[in-house]
Amino acid sequence: MEKVISRKKRKSVADRIFVVCNTIFMILFVAITLYPVINTLAISFNDGTDALRGGIYLWPRKFTLKNYITVLQKDSLVTGAIISVLRTVIGTVLALVANAILAFIVSRKEFIFKKQLSLFWVITMYVNGGLIPTFILYKAMGLTNSFWVYVIPGMISAFNMLVIRTYMNGIPDSLEESAQLDGAGYTTIFVKIISPLCKPVYATVALFVAVYQWNSWFDAMLYNRMSDNLTTLQYELMKLLSSVTNQGTSAEAMKNSEGNVTPTSVRAAATIVTMLPIICIYPFLQRYFVTGLTLGGVKE
Amino acid sequence: MAIKKDNSKKAKASSINLATLKRQRSLLIWGGIITIYGFIFYYLPLFGWLTAFQNYKPKDGIFHSQFIGLEKFKMLFSDESFIRVIRNTLAMGVLNLVATFVMAIVFAILLNEIKNKAGKKVTQTISYLPHFLSWIIVTGILHDMLSGTGIINEVLVNLHIISQPINFFAHEGYFWPIVAFANVWKETGWNAIIYLSAITAIDPSLYEAAAIDGAGRWGKIKYVTLPGIKSTIIILLLMNVGNVLNAGFEIQYLLGNGLIQKVSQTIDIYVLKWGISQGDYSLGTAAGIFKSAVSIILILIANQIAKRNGEERLF
Repeated sequence: MEKVISRKKRKSVADRIFVVCNTIFMILFVAITLYPVINTLAISFNDGTDALRGGIYLWPRKFTLKNYITVLQKDSLVTGAIISVLRTVIGTVLALVANAILAFIVSRKEFIFKKQLSLFWVITMYVNGGLIPTFILYKAMGLTNSFWVYVIPGMISAFNMLVIRTYMNGIPDSLEESAQLDGAGYTTIFVKIISPLCKPVYATVALFVAVYQWNSWFDAMLYNRMSDNLTTLQYELMKLLSSVTNQGTSAEAMKNSEGNVTPTSVRAAATIVTMLPIICIYPFLQRYFVTGLTLGGVKE
Repeated sequence: MAIKKDNSKKAKASSINLATLKRQRSLLIWGGIITIYGFIFYYLPLFGWLTAFQNYKPKDGIFHSQFIGLEKFKMLFSDESFIRVIRNTLAMGVLNLVATFVMAIVFAILLNEIKNKAGKKVTQTISYLPHFLSWIIVTGILHDMLSGTGIINEVLVNLHIISQPINFFAHEGYFWPIVAFANVWKETGWNAIIYLSAITAIDPSLYEAAAIDGAGRWGKIKYVTLPGIKSTIIILLLMNVGNVLNAGFEIQYLLGNGLIQKVSQTIDIYVLKWGISQGDYSLGTAAGIFKSAVSIILILIANQIAKRNGEERLF
């Protein structure tokens, strides 16, 4: 009897040590995740020249709004923000409609080319032409120096299509069968019966596409470098980053700074502006992307 | 769990006849439009692979450029810097894969052990955050943290581990670990999602049985949780092995600089540098083909290994 009790006690001590260590690990994890973001926030509200001295951690030392005012006065950043919003909205709508239509078609069990069409798209997940052939093609198609290069090429993606298809496959057949008996065509079934049931998975795919669109910068650099009116927020942020990196010494940075604003502090403000929409939205969409990821793990 | 068989295939597709075609008219039209789209944007670039075997000149186009066979590939493999970028891509790809994989599994298991519901929820929500930030933002943050006056140097100096701040971006030895750390920071929470949902799917009675057999926390993790998510781990590993070479562009491009380019440049950067900046489209395409070929071989090998061991496979 005593032996059992002492074993239990030992176990509970080990248990407690585990709980303490685990809690410390999680707190460290959260701190490492959040600190850089909070630090950037503090620098963005701090006087630029003052920030060069270092020593700003969680709170600004010399509070100012000048960094944000500078950001809002930069034409390139404002243009970039407008284009980024446009490409996110238009790109998401187009991608959602296209992927949903394709998923609907390949989830029709009676469709005669169901297998072939699925395979056609699954192959694209593993084989692609690569950067240079794609570049040559877009140039030949007149997609370079145009807004459409942001939203047309990546419109349908096999991964997003498969996520929606898996969800559609889970919808009971009886619903559409009864509609078919009432004489409904495929368009009606897609718009009136399947799509309303697919709202959760549509939200998931919309989130994936929207984040991708908002965060893209490489296409702006590669295809639209010459068109200043087609720049995006992320690309402008990248230019700010390289200007800061190339500045090197702080003395040089101070020389280039206007008033109390330095490239570093302006970049911090621009970074916050760029991440703000995402930070505000994603916590409320957790349910959706968890669903999407688990559906995406489905084996073809 | 997510990885389940598609049962819908039981239903037979209709046989081809005029009545079926007529009934499925709208599916055929939309399917046709989408296939044309897919052909243009996903399959047409594959014809561009021909340029790797040509001395491609934009003014001659793909149909009139001079055919030179494997010459560009020979050039590629006699270029010392190309051998180096292969090494860099593979090294960083494997390092990132192992680091992010292990961390995601560890994080998922440990988070699952947290009994405080609110704490668990908040931690998980915060853990997703970096995934949604662009690499531009992440590399900007890294620059701040690792700069001479950044927090890392400050902590190291104050702890007397180093006497002078280190310029992390000027030494070749730091680059690969920094890239691996950045990937872990960005993706751990996100990658853990799928393991967490796999853990939730484990039958609770298995834990009770383990407890009766005298298993403690570690015992339960070792004998119930890990075997329970084994098939998920293998499927994800398979899916990621083919992507090892794809993991090497944005962060290396944004963080690399002249001082460390020997270790920072990857195949994708090489393609960009030679193909776009220097205008040697053929050489860039050849390097791209090499990358695709290696990726496909890696997927097939991984799939074969899984098959031999009787595990889940991709195809």
